[in-house]
Amino acid sequence: MLHRNVLSRIAPVAVLISGIVFGSGVRAESDIYFDFSGKISIENRWFPQTNLYSHQSRHSSGFVFEPELYFEGAEGWSFTLVPFFRHDSADSRRTHGDLREAYFLLFGELGEDEWELRVGVDRIFWGVIESNHLVDIINQVDAIEHPDQEVELGQLMAHLTLSGKWGIAEFFVLPHHRERTFPGRDGRLRSGLIVDEDHPTYESSAEQWHTDFALRYSHNFGPFDIGISVFDGTSREALLLPRFGPNGMIEGLVPHYEQIRQFGLDAQMTLEDWIWKLEAIHRSGAQNLSYEEDDYAALVMGVEYTFYSIFDSPADFSLVWEWNYDERGEDATSIFDDDLFFAIRYALNDLHDTAFFFSMMQDREHSTNVLFLEFDRRLTDQWSMNIEGFHLLNSDEKDVQADPIRRDSFLELRLNYNF
Amino acid sequence: MKTIDHCFGRCLFSLPFAFCISLLIGWSLSTPAHAESAEEKGLRIARDADARDHGFSNYAAQQTMVLRNKHGQESHRKLRVKILEVPEDGDKSLFVFDNPRDVQGTAFLVHSHKEGPDDQWLYLPALKRVKRISSSNRSGSFMGSEFAYEDMTAQDVDKFTYQYLRDEPCGDLTCFVVERVPTDKDSGYRRQLVWFDQDELRAQQIHFYDRKDTHMKTLTLEEYAQYLDKFWRSGLMTMVNHVTGKSTTMMWKDFQFQTKLSDRDFTKTGLKRVR
Repeated sequence: MLHRNVLSRIAPVAVLISGIVFGSGVRAESDIYFDFSGKISIENRWFPQTNLYSHQSRHSSGFVFEPELYFEGAEGWSFTLVPFFRHDSADSRRTHGDLREAYFLLFGELGEDEWELRVGVDRIFWGVIESNHLVDIINQVDAIEHPDQEVELGQLMAHLTLSGKWGIAEFFVLPHHRERTFPGRDGRLRSGLIVDEDHPTYESSAEQWHTDFALRYSHNFGPFDIGISVFDGTSREALLLPRFGPNGMIEGLVPHYEQIRQFGLDAQMTLEDWIWKLEAIHRSGAQNLSYEEDDYAALVMGVEYTFYSIFDSPADFSLVWEWNYDERGEDATSIFDDDLFFAIRYALNDLHDTAFFFSMMQDREHSTNVLFLEFDRRLTDQWSMNIEGFHLLNSDEKDVQADPIRRDSFLELRLNYNF
Repeated sequence: MKTIDHCFGRCLFSLPFAFCISLLIGWSLSTPAHAESAEEKGLRIARDADARDHGFSNYAAQQTMVLRNKHGQESHRKLRVKILEVPEDGDKSLFVFDNPRDVQGTAFLVHSHKEGPDDQWLYLPALKRVKRISSSNRSGSFMGSEFAYEDMTAQDVDKFTYQYLRDEPCGDLTCFVVERVPTDKDSGYRRQLVWFDQDELRAQQIHFYDRKDTHMKTLTLEEYAQYLDKFWRSGLMTMVNHVTGKSTTMMWKDFQFQTKLSDRDFTKTGLKRVR
């Protein structure tokens, strides 16, 4: 047994080395399968409007390296390692690395049912909505990556899943909290005051080592896919508190992470060409923008209609409409207090998987509109490209969250090498 | 079969010989001997062909697709396919993409049903997101190929109505030509003509007619091999689109039948685990 344990510890390293030397994807005699894949991207962002704050630049360029190493033993266990590194020419804070994934996976039978255990750093996504990830809470947002807040930091966890004909039950123990990333002084798409990432404060005396828990039950029957969840622990959302200088002036912002409890519901009904979606949360323990503790509910509902094989072509054309609502209104800490979202997606379903996406977010309280445009196309088996446009229209100076980025419309070109 | 053996054994030595004979005749008549309509014969052929594939339990295979446009430009797709037989319902299918590399790890899960729409989920590894997708895209292109989604998933007997047309030579074999009409209104086809060889009831060729009844595509199935002395699978499928001039060649290899695959590999949890 001992011999075997030692071997299993050394073997992945040996296989890693041999994998790199001899190529990947080979089921070797050692009975450990190794696969090496990933993506390298070169990225350029142009900001056509002059900067609002000094030090910000009109252009940023950089690259992203995100390899994935995968080991699988003959007994069924596996280990996945996904490091991430970005270099950005303009904002030194955007030059950052992260361990997106580093987890062991085990699974097996439990009578009629099944269990699965993932231990380590992983990413978990919950939800169905396009415009906002309301229910999704396990991982911190890598907010410096993109204003759409879709990219997430790796989270340390033990994640047990039990599943059977009765549905899927998941239990999470989250012993560590990741701090949200924010742009630095030189970065665009930032708040007027710089967020001091290095000195966050916590409500819990355990600070970032408070143990958080989460539960989720999900099931699908007929056209329905439904999930209910509860999270208890350190908020992923940072409450930004003012930091006063010696002269009593506000010098910057300090992220403060509170203890919260959140109940969530996500549901989708897929009925032929129509998809109906709902996400709702109730959160307690968090302060609002007026720095008062304010328990609240928020919801987002939407519908998506797709014209399949439009005009007798292979292309699909989808229309998406969503409405975001937060009962705190003007005091909402999220930008989605009362916002309509409209999007079109045009997927050509051609050899190159060419796709266009256009969306518009309309704040119903303010005049602010956020426009987003995306074009994706595969060039060869290994190369692909994306073009993105982000534009803020009719920015309202009373819209405290959109106003600081009113001149930060950008155009981005990304070239990816997938291996 | 057991009753017949039993009957023969007893018929030679026991009194009610005539009764046994009448039983035998009755049995043989219950299948094809009375005047069968073209619809009944078509359905019988489809059911027979389907029955011959019963009991495969599950299988896995590797698939390579070569997509060609009318200028002869090629593009390659590589995927792994896993199929689970579900006795009282439609089969469950799992497709995992290996190539092109930008969609590597993307997986597509289908729970097909004898009645009602299929359930379909897509796993997007970059977002670690499982997305339920509509099965109304049945007529849509599978990975940009000339195969539609509905060509890729289980061809359940109940999803068509049938009509036997004629016998016809097909290569070295003789085929039944059967017309089948999809019952699903989301199907992109008005009808299909299927050539089943009379030896093993394997589909040798399928003509697809679009909703306007134009002969749109022809699928040719070749290089059949038999697995576990029972289950026939084609190793080379060629779909030609006569309207666009495009074609897709689908090559199958490494068929493995009755593996360790089970229901658990075809769930939303299993989908997230897929490699």
